[in-house]
Amino acid sequence: MSGYLAYLVFFLIVALTYSIVVMGLNLQWGYTGLFNAGVVGFFAIGAYGTAILTGPDRPELIGGFALPFPAGVVGGMILAALAALLVGLATLRLREEYLAISTFGIAISIQLIGLNFDALTGGAQGLTGIPRPLFSTFGTPGAYNLFYLCLVGTITAIVFAALQVALQSPWGRLLKAIREDETAAASLGKNPALVRLQAFVLGSTLMGLAGGLYVGFIGYVSPLDFLPLLTFQIWAMLIVGGSGNNRGAIVGAVGVWALWTMSGFAISRLLPVHYQSQGGAIQVIIIGLLIVLTLLFRPRGLIGEAQSVSRHAR
Amino acid sequence: MSPLLLEVRDVIAGYRPDLPILHGVSLHVGTAEMVTVIGPNGAGKSTLVKAIAGLVPISAGSVAVEGTEVTNLLTHKLATASIAYVPQTANVFTSLTIDENLKLGASTLSKADAGRRIAKAYEDFPALTQYRGQKAKVLSGGQRQMLAVARALLTEPRLLMLDEPSAGLSPLMVSEVFSRLKTLIATGVSILMVEQNVKAALAISDRTYVLAEGRNRIDGDSAKLAGDTEVAAIYLGAGGRKR
Amino acid sequence: MLQALADGILTGSIIALGAIGLTLTMGILRFANFAHAELITWGAYMALGALAITGTFAGPTPPFSFGLPLVFATLIAVVLTAALALLIDHLVFRPLRSHTSHMTVVFASFGVSLLVRMVILLIFGGSAAYYSNELQIAIRVMPGLRVMPDHVFTLGLTLAIVVALHLFLQKTRLGLSMRALAENPDLVRINGIDTRVVVRWTWVIGAALAAVSGVLYGLTVQLRPEIGFQLLLPLFAAAILGGVGNVFGAVIGGLIVGLAESLSVLFVPAGYKMAVPFFILLAVLYVRPNGIFGALRGGAK
Repeated sequence: MSGYLAYLVFFLIVALTYSIVVMGLNLQWGYTGLFNAGVVGFFAIGAYGTAILTGPDRPELIGGFALPFPAGVVGGMILAALAALLVGLATLRLREEYLAISTFGIAISIQLIGLNFDALTGGAQGLTGIPRPLFSTFGTPGAYNLFYLCLVGTITAIVFAALQVALQSPWGRLLKAIREDETAAASLGKNPALVRLQAFVLGSTLMGLAGGLYVGFIGYVSPLDFLPLLTFQIWAMLIVGGSGNNRGAIVGAVGVWALWTMSGFAISRLLPVHYQSQGGAIQVIIIGLLIVLTLLFRPRGLIGEAQSVSRHAR
Repeated sequence: MSPLLLEVRDVIAGYRPDLPILHGVSLHVGTAEMVTVIGPNGAGKSTLVKAIAGLVPISAGSVAVEGTEVTNLLTHKLATASIAYVPQTANVFTSLTIDENLKLGASTLSKADAGRRIAKAYEDFPALTQYRGQKAKVLSGGQRQMLAVARALLTEPRLLMLDEPSAGLSPLMVSEVFSRLKTLIATGVSILMVEQNVKAALAISDRTYVLAEGRNRIDGDSAKLAGDTEVAAIYLGAGGRKR
Repeated sequence: MLQALADGILTGSIIALGAIGLTLTMGILRFANFAHAELITWGAYMALGALAITGTFAGPTPPFSFGLPLVFATLIAVVLTAALALLIDHLVFRPLRSHTSHMTVVFASFGVSLLVRMVILLIFGGSAAYYSNELQIAIRVMPGLRVMPDHVFTLGLTLAIVVALHLFLQKTRLGLSMRALAENPDLVRINGIDTRVVVRWTWVIGAALAAVSGVLYGLTVQLRPEIGFQLLLPLFAAAILGGVGNVFGAVIGGLIVGLAESLSVLFVPAGYKMAVPFFILLAVLYVRPNGIFGALRGGAK
């Protein structure tokens, strides 16, 4: 396999993993209007949870349960769901901003645990040697990556299809009804706070799933993979693709990740060494501009068609 | 002939341009005249006064005060165009004291004028005096209505618009409020009032407009409309027949 | 223990200054501005920039590590921070406020915060900076307690600003309009007041407070482009703890958060200090969502 093709496979695995996060965020923001300011936290919980559950036993660590990969991923998802429940229960009856602030807080706390709780998370070094599922079955890294792309692709497709079904179901219609007119929905005997909590927890669980898949692919976790910047990148992916639209979420994930990767590549090639940190800032500024300008001028998103436009995307 | 104090012509208005609530309403108010607007629920009565006050966008038609067009004028500018408006609900600042509510109402005036007129407001509405330093949330519904009217009069408007001033008040309080409004007319102020209490509205006002489904239905001298069977019919739900 | 208390009060007073600005804009403009903390960073760095110009004229005024140049630099920073806040409001928040749900404005404020932070990084670089290289000698007040003169100054200035702001809100027409705007913007307009003017002044005051707290933060700690981002959680915790829109509440909230952060070190490893405000916030939201003194506007839906 040529170098470019191998890189493309690698790129797509990461982009599709992020697209699952974006779909989770879409359920929260695009369909329910819940603002999650700590996306990276739930992604990290899934990743760390999976790593702790599937990692090899080591005397200096609390974790290392050497569970099978699927069990680890499910465990990571459950942890992400619990974290979502913790902030959701506290805030979903209150002003909408409070969820944003709390999710921001939980992401910071997760980052601190990742950095400082050495016995659980390996601290700044992170956890290494996390087994990659079925790695020995494939002879070469290239073939393995191709397999993993198929795995992530299949899961992305399943998540996409399941969300489409859920959104067409009575529950999905209830989400829409609550978003359009909360009082009317409440007068029909539905509990808007409960439905919002369900959507929020489900969305965060998907972020946990993506975290588990990410760890399975790269084989280690490190706090550096879960910087707050990732939250901004995921938002950019969602809003560029057009929130309230899962097809757009996938397209946005691939598109924005491509832009990020290419801008990083261009900066490392074109800028002299002592300007690299400024180059990094410019790369982030592109993400920030993407968010603000899209919100201002193309609230329906840059790519992807918006069949169902939310109040928030108007 | 001098221009009418308020002239509303064929106003189409709504919170969203694609969903108008008023489908072309016209009315006028002359000097020292009391005009009421009545109609069944959803007729667009409140929307009409809000549109005049610049709080609901007008997509077609015009509003003029003494011959000067004020259509879609920013709300705060209307207050200086000699129109004062008392909304139905949330018409006082409950987190501010009575004194502060009045000071806010007088904040477009010079400090000296403001002080003088606030003192006069307390004279005219002595019931408010004892609550001066207290938060408006301690006031009863009727007292809030009084405070809201007192505040609206600080700028000495030519036209006072009121949205259902009798809503939620005891019968005694209603007659108190209405007799206040009567004395205002005597001082040369005009009143445009939305009322849900048909009987009271027809009894107190000079002329009445009946709205239904965002359109003018009937108007005329209040005394004549009081015996009109068609007015009763609109209230009994027959208003939806003619489209 | 005593030292931890003193440090907590100092950190708390800086948090309080930032939280007052946040609580004002949150109560009056009715949205949680995540870019507020970046105004603090911006103010701190603008003063650094201005100091490069003014600082050449005079040295520090003992016992403080700074002198008149920093005072002038702070004034310049206040102006530049207010200008940035007005610019952001004009370009981003106002266009969004008119026709979308207010959470879109919150979303945009996050994007803006990232942009401001990165622009600062681009201009000033990522390494730590200081207003002064002067070493300050801590004064021993009593056994087990040493304080820096700068820290006393910080505390005093915070108190002075709080009193001034309180008088402004209570005694002036503009202050009255601001409090009224927090309750009912339409009714303010009906009263003949141009709310756009009140909104602009709210930004100017919030930004001025942000700039001052940024300078004080830089004076007592050190300058980094991330300071605002790190202050975000303490600021929100303080504002919500004190009740949104409540100036005195924000001060008490700031002091509680500062003290809790500082005392937490006695019980949990210092690495977790940044998470303390989050847990205070979570506890408040579970137990008293309107804050300990109640909000200007209801916290519950």
